[in-house]
Amino acid sequence: MKNPTTTERTSDRELAVTRTFNAPARIVFEAWTRPELLKRWWSPKSFGITFVSCEADARTGGRYRFVFSHPAAPQPMEFFGRYLEVTPHSRLVWTNEESGDAGQVTTVTFEEKGGQTRVVMRDLYRSKEALDAAIASGSTGGTGETFEQLDELLGGGSVGA
Amino acid sequence: MVQYSRAHLDASFAALSDATRRGVLEQLGRAEASITDLAGKFHMTLTGMKKHVGVLEHAGLVTTRKVGRVRTCRLGPRSLAEETAWIEGYRQLWAARFDELDEIVEELKQKEKHR
Repeated sequence: MKNPTTTERTSDRELAVTRTFNAPARIVFEAWTRPELLKRWWSPKSFGITFVSCEADARTGGRYRFVFSHPAAPQPMEFFGRYLEVTPHSRLVWTNEESGDAGQVTTVTFEEKGGQTRVVMRDLYRSKEALDAAIASGSTGGTGETFEQLDELLGGGSVGA
Repeated sequence: MVQYSRAHLDASFAALSDATRRGVLEQLGRAEASITDLAGKFHMTLTGMKKHVGVLEHAGLVTTRKVGRVRTCRLGPRSLAEETAWIEGYRQLWAARFDELDEIVEELKQKEKHR
């Protein structure tokens, strides 16, 4: 059985995603920091997203650049930034610079307990307004069927992948 | 600060799983309406419509107010519903990623065993 993924707006300007993996932290950490592995899971098939390129120099100060394509997007989508902290098997911090300097900072922590690893990913926005704006523009949202359905019902704006 | 708990999301998506309730939301998106109006439009009894509106209200998708004998319904705070949808979409994206990550983690575990 798959472990549940939970999402929560933990404060005015922070969003957290939590998931437990049935493996030690060093293994999970490896899958987050080696580009050839990252590439295999970061663009889920069920979402129709494919990697055009995936560069990740997972060292403190190193940079990353992910380029994706999606059938509904006329242009490839680019995401890039810098690793502010890479502490093996326990912590990753990176910036998100594709929309300028005011992007959110992502912190991922890996906590191992009894052979399992709890991963918590936190996106900290500069302000409440910045997170509200990201939500309003749908910049990071997925395209689940339920989601589209709700969006359509509400006559909402675009919700990109 | 409103917390978007799983229970809250579950309530929203359960509310939307029903065609009548989706119709009611569409209707209320155009104009507010009384329970009696809605019951008439959807060819339902008052009791039946009250139940549907109750589910939508519980999920925060609709608000109602009673003036005299008439209970009027309108869409709930739009931002809340939007945010709920967005966070659920975000969760679905990460759940899909993590399900694929599970497979890679499993593969790495196997490799380590055979080293």
